[in-house]
Amino acid sequence: MTTALRTEGLSKSWGGFVANSQISLSLPKGARHALIGPNGAGKSTFINLLTGVLAPSSGEVFLMGERVTHLAPHERVKRGMARTFQINTLFPGLTVLESVVLAICERSGAARIWHRTVAGRRAEIDEAWDLLARLHLDRDADRPTRSLPYGRQRLVEIALALAARPKLLLLDEPAAGIPTGESSEIFDVIAGLPDDVTILFIEHDMDLVFRFARRITVLVGGKPLTEGTPDEIAADPRVREVYLGELPHV
Amino acid sequence: MAASVLGVLFDGVAYGSLLFLISVGLSVTMGLMNFVNLAHGAFAMAGGYLCVALMQRAGMPFLATLPLVFLAIALVGAALERTLYRRLYDASHLDQVLFSIGLTFMAVAAATYVWGPNQQPVRLPGFLRGQIHPGGVDLGAYRLFLIGLVAATTLALHLLMAKTRFGARVRASVDNRAAAAGLGIPVDRIFVLTFALGTGLAGVGGAVGIDVLGLDPTFPIKYMVYFLLVVAIGGAGSIKGPALAALLLGVFDVAGKYYVPEAGAFIIYGLMLTLLAFFPRGLYGRKA
Amino acid sequence: MLRPFPTPAAVSPEEDVIRPAGPCERIARLPADRWTLRETAFWLMPVLGYFAFPGYLMLGSQILIAGLFALSLDLIMGYAGIVSLGHAAFFGTGAYAAGLLASHGWHEPLSGLLAGAAAAALVALPVSLLVVRGQDLGRLIVTLGIGMLFFEAANKAAAITGGVDGLSGMEIAPLFGLFDFDLFGRTAYLYSLGVLFLLFLLCRRLVHSPFGLSLRGIKENSKRMASLGAPVERRLVSVFVIAAALAGAAGALLAQTTRFVGLDSLSFQRSAELLIMLVLGGTGRLYGALIGAALFLLAQDILAGLDPVYWQFWLGLMLVAVVLYARGGVLGGAALLAGRIRGKRR
Repeated sequence: MTTALRTEGLSKSWGGFVANSQISLSLPKGARHALIGPNGAGKSTFINLLTGVLAPSSGEVFLMGERVTHLAPHERVKRGMARTFQINTLFPGLTVLESVVLAICERSGAARIWHRTVAGRRAEIDEAWDLLARLHLDRDADRPTRSLPYGRQRLVEIALALAARPKLLLLDEPAAGIPTGESSEIFDVIAGLPDDVTILFIEHDMDLVFRFARRITVLVGGKPLTEGTPDEIAADPRVREVYLGELPHV
Repeated sequence: MAASVLGVLFDGVAYGSLLFLISVGLSVTMGLMNFVNLAHGAFAMAGGYLCVALMQRAGMPFLATLPLVFLAIALVGAALERTLYRRLYDASHLDQVLFSIGLTFMAVAAATYVWGPNQQPVRLPGFLRGQIHPGGVDLGAYRLFLIGLVAATTLALHLLMAKTRFGARVRASVDNRAAAAGLGIPVDRIFVLTFALGTGLAGVGGAVGIDVLGLDPTFPIKYMVYFLLVVAIGGAGSIKGPALAALLLGVFDVAGKYYVPEAGAFIIYGLMLTLLAFFPRGLYGRKA
Repeated sequence: MLRPFPTPAAVSPEEDVIRPAGPCERIARLPADRWTLRETAFWLMPVLGYFAFPGYLMLGSQILIAGLFALSLDLIMGYAGIVSLGHAAFFGTGAYAAGLLASHGWHEPLSGLLAGAAAAALVALPVSLLVVRGQDLGRLIVTLGIGMLFFEAANKAAAITGGVDGLSGMEIAPLFGLFDFDLFGRTAYLYSLGVLFLLFLLCRRLVHSPFGLSLRGIKENSKRMASLGAPVERRLVSVFVIAAALAGAAGALLAQTTRFVGLDSLSFQRSAELLIMLVLGGTGRLYGALIGAALFLLAQDILAGLDPVYWQFWLGLMLVAVVLYARGGVLGGAALLAGRIRGKRR
């Protein structure tokens, strides 16, 4: 099976502070992989190294077998890597439909076109409606993003990432800021994504992690502590120690 | 040649000191309130006119006007902060720019109305005129006074920021306004006090700067780019960065005008473009 | 029998009309550029103005030219979010380019106009590379500094530009070889109106295009745009250069229609007044630029009897008042009002 994402000894440090140290990870195509760890474990730094927002101090990143360590963020997007943000990073003044059409135009290359109207881009618009329907966002299509409740804005966050038709989707705490009862809606959407999309996600809600992930990596102090199936992780005494009994008893 | 180099360097340092004195308040308002105040030069101009008025109408000696100028302009600054500026802290930079350009235009028009469009003369006291000659180098006495005044002010500012509770609170608010407010720091009061301090210093800078920069109603527009440049290159919210940037600008500007007079103001713009091209976030970097 | 439209009396509160539950009603607004009746009415005004106020055609030309200039600023500020304090640099470049051509033997107006736009675009390219890299403060300073630099350069190069005396002695050949630039400014007015209209159509298409949408995306959230794979800086460079070309065209128009270029075409005052026009009319709407330019120049003309010092004071007060009480300008206020009225009706 081909790997979708592979990192080799990925490390990042600032001066004496080591944020990520020797992280080697391998995700096969279609993986549902969770990255967990206490606050300050370096999870967000790791995402930033993968997307190219930060340059690693050492180590390599491979996307679909291709070395992308030195590519700019937008070039990694072109190769199929998309992400969502822990805190909503949206277009508050654009409507939901406009936002998604914009994202799709960026992927399809239509965003450079200046002599035809957006309304005339039938292919992109149809695709946007299909995407919105899948995320149950179609009834909000005409509303400015800023007028949506926070939970629905989280869905727009995912819609924008999906518009890139990613092969690898990085989800940074997709349910952050949503009451527990509503977060399952987000994960139902994620669970419904096609199997050929590889997903790496960070999440704090252990219920969601254990329900959704097929493999889990535990990051502590910038280093991988262990990796395994949810059952293995739940049974691991070291993980229990780190989380001080936060894990559900399986 | 060596003497002329030293002389130019000296003049440049004096000029840079003056730029720093005027701009440091701008740096603090940008760092602390994230407010782009293009009207900052208007406070310096107001200080200049007040100094002239006190000398001509009230017959006060030059040096005696300076504390009064500081207090009066600081008060004006505090009043404007309370009534107008604070309403725009959360506005976009565009709104802040437009608002402060508006204030600048009003200040320019008001100054023209009261004092006319001409340069204002300033009569310096005798001991500040003329030159002294240590080791054969011609040093203007007034320039020496400027450097001394600004050095003393900078030291006082540094102590204020580093050693006092007020300074610690300002630094905390610059780092993170919301967190500072959460810790119970009265951010509102910090804002008005720092704004008043900054405008007061600008006022003094405008007064002592009459002999170097001149004083006419277009002052706030003419020097706007200099003040902004000091902050952009030095970084907002600090003292060290703008001080270094102001000295750098001062020396380059004076040296440029002395050695290549036909290049005029181009030297300074060239320096500006080079620095901004290589250090888009300023010499010391700013928080994003 | 099915009644297509139930009469009001037939619908009681209990049996509300239920919309057909189709798969999805895929109707939503997207940037399109269907021409509306309101727009036709708007553009009829300058045409009617030509016949109604034959004595004010010079002022009319000035308004049309200022409108084009403000349109150019709206592209980069209202749509892409770049605040510029030195947009006059490109206006002046276009004016001097067209003026120098016309005073050195090249009298044909349309090619002169193109040359003005091209010259402005050419100088804007290196400037834009600096502008798009910085953050807000950096951009303010670069644009302000560039503006001052250009002013200083034109001032120093008096041998070419005429310095403070300005550039005069231009000769403009008849438009299309047919229409003389007459003393009453008839040709000048219609020429300005034609150029403005064509370039307006271009802007209108551009802001409704996917490219225009991506500019709004950059203004709203450039970080997200980058994570969607958009080459943010390249987009900003493109729109900056396009806007500079429009500003250059406006400058060229002014040079050709007044046969004079003064240093003030490059001044900070000109850049600042441009900002005022745009916020007065409303940013990010194209028509706001045109309305703002008209209001500004009419006010200036009416108050011209006053001392210029007063004018500058009122200008400043106007800016402060717009920022504090009327964000969004005339069109923004109108949209807000219309929204409230609609809201009450519901």
